[in-house]
Amino acid sequence: MTAPASRSASASASAHDVDTRAPILEARRLVKTYGRVVGLDGVGLKLYPGEVLAIIGDNGAGKSTLVKCLTGAEVPDTGELLLDGRPVSFKRPQDARAAGIETVYQTLAVSPALDVASNLFLGREERKRGILGSVFRMLDTKGMRAKAGRELAELGISTLQDVTVPVENLSGGQRQAVAVARAAAFGSKVVVLDEPTAALGVRESNQVLELVKALRERGIPVIIISHNMPQVFEVADRIHIQRLGKRAATITPQSHSMTEAVAIMTGAQTA
Amino acid sequence: MITTLSTPAAKRLRLATAATAGLALFALAGCSSSGDDAPSTSASGDDVAVTLIIKTQGTSYFQEMADGATAAADELGVDLTVAAGKVDGDEDTQIQAIENAISRGDQGILITPNGPTVFDAIQKAREAGLYVIALDTVPDPVDSVDITFATDNFLAGQLVGQWTAEKLDGGDAVIALLDLFDDKVLTVDYDRDQGFLDGLGIDLGDPAVNGDEAPTGTYTGGKGGEYTIVGNLATQGTEEGGRTATETLLSENPDINVIYGINEPASYGGYQAMEAAGKTEGLITVSIDGSCDGAQYVEDGILQATAQQYPLKMAELGVQAIYDLVTTGTAPAPEDGEDFFNTGVQLITNEPMPDVPSIDVAEGQEVCF
Amino acid sequence: MTDTAPKTGSLDLAEEFLDRTTPLTRIRGILHRHPAISPALVLLVAVIVFGLLNDRFLRPENLSLISQQVAVVGTLAIAQTLVILTAGIDLSVGAIMILSAMVMAQTAASTGVPPVLCLLLGLVVGLAAGGLNGLLVTRLKLPPFIVTLGTLSIFTAVTLLYTGGTTVRGSEIPPLLTFTGVTFSIGGISLTAGVLIMVLLYLIMAYALNRTAWGRHVYAVGDDKEAARLAGISVNRVLVSVYLAAGAIIAVAAWIQIGRTNAASPNSGVDLNLDSITAVVIGGTSLFGGRGAVWGTLLGALIVGVFRNGLALAGLDVLYQTLAVGVLIIVAVALDQWIRKARS
Repeated sequence: MTAPASRSASASASAHDVDTRAPILEARRLVKTYGRVVGLDGVGLKLYPGEVLAIIGDNGAGKSTLVKCLTGAEVPDTGELLLDGRPVSFKRPQDARAAGIETVYQTLAVSPALDVASNLFLGREERKRGILGSVFRMLDTKGMRAKAGRELAELGISTLQDVTVPVENLSGGQRQAVAVARAAAFGSKVVVLDEPTAALGVRESNQVLELVKALRERGIPVIIISHNMPQVFEVADRIHIQRLGKRAATITPQSHSMTEAVAIMTGAQTA
Repeated sequence: MITTLSTPAAKRLRLATAATAGLALFALAGCSSSGDDAPSTSASGDDVAVTLIIKTQGTSYFQEMADGATAAADELGVDLTVAAGKVDGDEDTQIQAIENAISRGDQGILITPNGPTVFDAIQKAREAGLYVIALDTVPDPVDSVDITFATDNFLAGQLVGQWTAEKLDGGDAVIALLDLFDDKVLTVDYDRDQGFLDGLGIDLGDPAVNGDEAPTGTYTGGKGGEYTIVGNLATQGTEEGGRTATETLLSENPDINVIYGINEPASYGGYQAMEAAGKTEGLITVSIDGSCDGAQYVEDGILQATAQQYPLKMAELGVQAIYDLVTTGTAPAPEDGEDFFNTGVQLITNEPMPDVPSIDVAEGQEVCF
Repeated sequence: MTDTAPKTGSLDLAEEFLDRTTPLTRIRGILHRHPAISPALVLLVAVIVFGLLNDRFLRPENLSLISQQVAVVGTLAIAQTLVILTAGIDLSVGAIMILSAMVMAQTAASTGVPPVLCLLLGLVVGLAAGGLNGLLVTRLKLPPFIVTLGTLSIFTAVTLLYTGGTTVRGSEIPPLLTFTGVTFSIGGISLTAGVLIMVLLYLIMAYALNRTAWGRHVYAVGDDKEAARLAGISVNRVLVSVYLAAGAIIAVAAWIQIGRTNAASPNSGVDLNLDSITAVVIGGTSLFGGRGAVWGTLLGALIVGVFRNGLALAGLDVLYQTLAVGVLIIVAVALDQWIRKARS
């Protein structure tokens, strides 16, 4: 895959990068207002193949509105979204999902009583071949479990050996891993992680960061929203900084230090 | 089943029968005729098992019936099981109780059926050799059971209506009718209501339908006079229901001076509404059942009259009859011309009227439930 | 739901420690994984005890009787299980059943409509009533408790307006409608067609819930509606399908009821809604949705039937039967809560 290339490419690019490759996901001049409150004020964003783009910003800076507009949870007032260079518009989260943008929400969107395999395939279950599947609608439980096991192994999630365990019996990190695995499976184009480590301890957070890296290894671009600067600097290729509804800067861990990033975030410094 | 008698002479005859029926009751247990369906087993009391299935546990009337059966069963050494519908009208639970009685191997069932659906199960019980006695109300058709020990609800209503007509003494009657249900049709509901109106001398229309009478006209009971029926409302047989119904009727016609209630709680609620409206002057409130509460209401002047029925006796006689049948092979049979044992009804009032047989409160309280 | 997440590597130790606790905890774990075990045990013990109390209890005729007494509630409880699995509740099951039964029987008795069409008409009534519940729950976003409390009254009133409170007797009803009361003898035990139909419905519903995507979605919606929506499940469509399926099952229950009583009475099924909920709860399905199984419900319905019959055969008054059922409900729910602790 192209992951290592992209890392070096973005590392050498400036904040307003002049990357010649086509972005997978691009947002142009997004505006979103809530009554008089301006959530987004002409924000642009580009996500390139195989990179991890972090979005940081203070509370109310518009990072969550931005992500919602990217994932169909909100519809921007004006502006354009392009996926693979083609304009798209998402009215509902399902639209974004159908287009290949998978989101892992801060509130773990898993069904606790269902097992790991069922959760991975929730909403896109596979049926048996032949009349058992077409007429009697019988699920291919065995097949789905095997696939789920392979998927988890590929992502390096070794702690989830048994895909028949109900999700409620898992630890927080394991549940997050299930959610991420679900987002990454099924050939999705973009994975969006909204505060994936907010509720986790250090060790479990690290497991999730390893998962993010594993996604990048597989060439899947990731947008990650986080408050945690060390984590952002550890995992991100580029960092989009939101401030007062606008993009303040896009930096890289190599071009700026954490202190500088925080300074830009708070307006103490410009990029 | 219930023949509506219209001539005054016939009416008096029936009333007389009713008054004496109570006295004849205690002789009934021994009363017998040649029972044609001889029982297959003759046994001692220890082996006699009877199920009593009442309408519901929720009223003292049926509790009294259960107590009467229990007392008789204890005395005779009969093994008695009491079952009940969850509410009045609950047929399913009664059907299950009948099936369980068959399964347990009981010899007889005493039942106050909650509805016609029960008769199919009763038929199965009779086919299985159980002797089935209906209590309280004569079932329709009457041969759904082996025999009935009932009070005549129509007759009870007539007694109260007759007394009310006499009491009105020719004056105008503005009547509130507090019935039992509006979401199901039970014989006790229309028998008492229609009996009351018949006693007053009002043309009934269909005697199995409440509320189809002309809203105004003349009544012929007592000295006769003008009447207005303000309306029929359901009370569920409760104080709250009686009060609400009467309040509603009062707002339709503030001149109500006669309240008929399906039972004493309903009538009591009606009186409360009138009292709150300050309209108890000249008010005639009557009822049917004859519970101890009811008798006390008559004493207190809340009710002017109530018809007393004898659930305890029905149950006692029922248990005795099945015991006799099993131990001696004698099946009970009613007197000539009746299709059921009438366990009687008496009017309780402290203002006796000529031509209307009655007992006073003190007498009523001796046998109340 | 974030368990007290240890900040260090002590997590493994903690988990291992939890695994090695008392036998009681282990039993709880087993019950948690197999929710049908506890109602099955209760049923087994009840059957043994009642068998000892009265030797008539275990006779084939009596067991057959219990199955007949359970058939209507047991069928309604399938519909109730579906709704409760979605974290809803259906108070109108009994009212829908009576409406459907009255429409079937009255149409057959008073018009020349062929019996098969009457049966289908009853099914349409069930579907329409269930569909109404489903639409109110999904379109008006009202809680199922409120919706079905309302439709309980509405359907009851419609039934009485339609019938005038009169019963349709067996002699007026064509044989097809009372077919469910016909008795078959299977291996010495006589079962009614109604009982067999109930068992068939359980088989179908167990398959649909466990072996189809629809079943997974029903569980997911009841488990966590938001999570299901985010997983791309059309929650409203699942909910409407559940209420429609419930309506169809209720119509079948209406058919069984007509056969059982050999009549159609507007006064039957007084509190079948509560009885069906009782069966579901005793069967181990959680009122909070997403957990449970139809087999548990069948066991729950049988437990109630066995208790009522067994206590009656033992000669206990009806109040004790009601008392026993009340105790059963509370014990079942308490047990459910205790078992549920196994996951934390």
